[in-house]
Amino acid sequence: MPSYVIPDKCDGCKALDKTACQHICPNDLMVLDKDKMKAYNRDPSMCWECYNCVKICPTQAVQVRGYADFVPLGASAVPLRSTDSILWTVTFRDGTLKRFKFPIRTTPEGTAVPNGGFDTKGDLNSNALFTEPSSLGLPAVVGLTNAGGAHA
Amino acid sequence: MPKFETVVVETDLLILGGGMAACGAAVEAAYWAKQNGLKVTLVDKAAVDRSGAVAMGLSAINQYVGLKDGANTLKDYVDYVRNDLMGITREDLVANIARHVDSSVHLFEKWGLPIWKDADGKYVHEGRWQLMINGESYKVVVAEAAKNALRESGVGEIFERVFIVGPLLDGDKCAGAVGFSVRENKLYIFKAKATLTAMGGAVHVFKPRSSGEGMGRAWYPPWNSGSSAYFTLKAGAEMTCQEVRFIPVRFKDAYGPVGAWFLLFKSRATNAMGGDYMVERKPELEKWGPYGRVKPVPANLRNYLGMLDVIDGKGPISMRTEEALGKLAEQYKDDPKAYQKKMKELESEAWEDFLDMTISQAILWAATNVRPEQKSSEIAAAEPYFIGSHSGASGAWVSGPEDLQTAETKSEYFWGYPCMSTVKGLFCAGDASGASSHKFSSGSHAEGRIAAKAAIKYVVENNTAPKLDQAAIDKLAAEILQPLETFEKNKNATTDEDVNPNYIKPRAFMFRLQKIMDEYAGGVTAQFTTNKAQLERALELLAFLKEDSAKLGASNLHELMRCWENVHRMWQAEAHVRTMLFREETRWPGYYFRADTPKLDEDKWHVFANCRCDPKTGKWEMLTRPVLHVFGQPTTKQPEPAVAAAR
Repeated sequence: MPSYVIPDKCDGCKALDKTACQHICPNDLMVLDKDKMKAYNRDPSMCWECYNCVKICPTQAVQVRGYADFVPLGASAVPLRSTDSILWTVTFRDGTLKRFKFPIRTTPEGTAVPNGGFDTKGDLNSNALFTEPSSLGLPAVVGLTNAGGAHA
Repeated sequence: MPKFETVVVETDLLILGGGMAACGAAVEAAYWAKQNGLKVTLVDKAAVDRSGAVAMGLSAINQYVGLKDGANTLKDYVDYVRNDLMGITREDLVANIARHVDSSVHLFEKWGLPIWKDADGKYVHEGRWQLMINGESYKVVVAEAAKNALRESGVGEIFERVFIVGPLLDGDKCAGAVGFSVRENKLYIFKAKATLTAMGGAVHVFKPRSSGEGMGRAWYPPWNSGSSAYFTLKAGAEMTCQEVRFIPVRFKDAYGPVGAWFLLFKSRATNAMGGDYMVERKPELEKWGPYGRVKPVPANLRNYLGMLDVIDGKGPISMRTEEALGKLAEQYKDDPKAYQKKMKELESEAWEDFLDMTISQAILWAATNVRPEQKSSEIAAAEPYFIGSHSGASGAWVSGPEDLQTAETKSEYFWGYPCMSTVKGLFCAGDASGASSHKFSSGSHAEGRIAAKAAIKYVVENNTAPKLDQAAIDKLAAEILQPLETFEKNKNATTDEDVNPNYIKPRAFMFRLQKIMDEYAGGVTAQFTTNKAQLERALELLAFLKEDSAKLGASNLHELMRCWENVHRMWQAEAHVRTMLFREETRWPGYYFRADTPKLDEDKWHVFANCRCDPKTGKWEMLTRPVLHVFGQPTTKQPEPAVAAAR
């Protein structure tokens, strides 16, 4: 349906001012039914199956069922995302199960330093961007003279 | 109708969007703004952590030039892009991104993006320009640096879940933007000295192949709704390459990536008879001037050869995964242990390719019990997309950098600030800027940085608060909220709120747009083929649609956003149709084919086809701009005798 919510697991993120899935959905699809205190996808046909609601849900209440107009029933891909890796369990229609683990980042969450440790000289009138030329690994930004065969 | 609070935000640089280009802009702007005592405001319609085209993740970085290792030169990249776009590209813009993109990639790595390395510590390439990554959190990492930069520098403010409708103008300058919150009843007026638009490309302008639940499974994300094109058009900016749509060939239906299969696993694609269209239809390439003879073959020509097979009834086209993996296995036939290890590695790589960026494809393979080592998988041309960052080229016509021009190009391509459109103070990056294709995620980030530094310089040199006409703002505000008003006033006239003679809901409006584009402007149903009469009919029907856009109805804030997203799509559609009509030749046959002008016409149409809509009169102007070269060109530009005779 693309993403769907399992009622027994969803608690409506009751401790928060809005649900996690509602916060993250890039297409503004996840909403909270305030009477039932359960989230739902208000327009499955506009869902990209990006899985951001699935990955962020604190109670693992959100899953994805493949698009009904071309995906046979019975398969699933279920992620478990931690701070440095993601573990996928892929279940085939015929019951085959595959598991994959991939790294997702090399630094602790929240610690991305804007300049990446590269120096900047800081001249607004030069052609060097913030952190350049250091972040290029070159002595200077490439110009027409060393671009590899310019007219000029 | 509920009352709306109006929030006025005054800033120096306004960044619109939250994707790769906007995040690049934020990191860059924070530094220069702090140095110069300026304020930066970023507005995203979603949450920056997971917004834009990289929201799901990516399995590769498609632009890395490798300048520090001397792997390639700027000219190498420019040659590649110009050839892929059939000769129509802005060399100054492409070169400018190419000389900065490696810096963005090096920053991504420092921020925490895992980039594959070989035993010697060198990046693992998927192809000449592509790097393999573990990219599930690509956007999260890039967004984090952007947010940290704005926060730590103390110059920045971020608004999430605010949808930008259109520009504010002060005479011939862009003076900010107006939009609304999709969470509470608030209208936002952003007044800015410079505005940088990076609100993505356009999806769902054409009817997609899947029109049921799977409609959302567009190749590019459905939240790319043409907001960049609308914003720049409504500001009166000159636009370029509006005819250059992109049609990706991907695994059929779920649109999983084929890059790793073609490039990394060296897979072939064959038709139902086992024929390889790249081999069998090679003579066709001779009809497409010098571009048919370059390597790699331009994406649209590769598409075209496959489409000819499908038109001839030779489909389906299959990615020969079993053959590719078998060939790799052959190398290990004497060492079963090493073979098993290699196959395990390849299997993991193949699945990660999908799980990082198109999880639907993993579900589809699992649901159809696909084992790629045993059975091939179908590929197909998707539907048309507007994406200036990939093999499309549509976007605003922007100034290049001063130092990457010849005397000749400078007079045409430079007007003061890199990435500034023809409207003062309006900068563009990513899918918002045109004729600078193949920037992808990394190059869009780099271009966002180029645009942001230029925009800060512009503010420093033109530091005057915009003068805005309050009456015009009030009129715009009323227009923005009109769909809520229209719905409220008329909803009780029928028993079904979706069927009402007094208004049209955004979903139905989108379907109407898609049907017009699909049937008359060279969509899937029309086999990507159109002609003058068809395009003129499309314009007639678009004119009715435009009139009816004043009768859009919205029952809530979400639908109000959908209303405006579809108005944005409609403007992208009109620019596209007008420009296809203007260019009387066929130049990108695998993207669209003009059946009445079926050939490449280098003499007349080796030019940019540009357009502009006058914001005061609403009149469209079509014009050409010359394709000028910054770099030396290959000398063999004459068609071969056989082809010349056939013309």
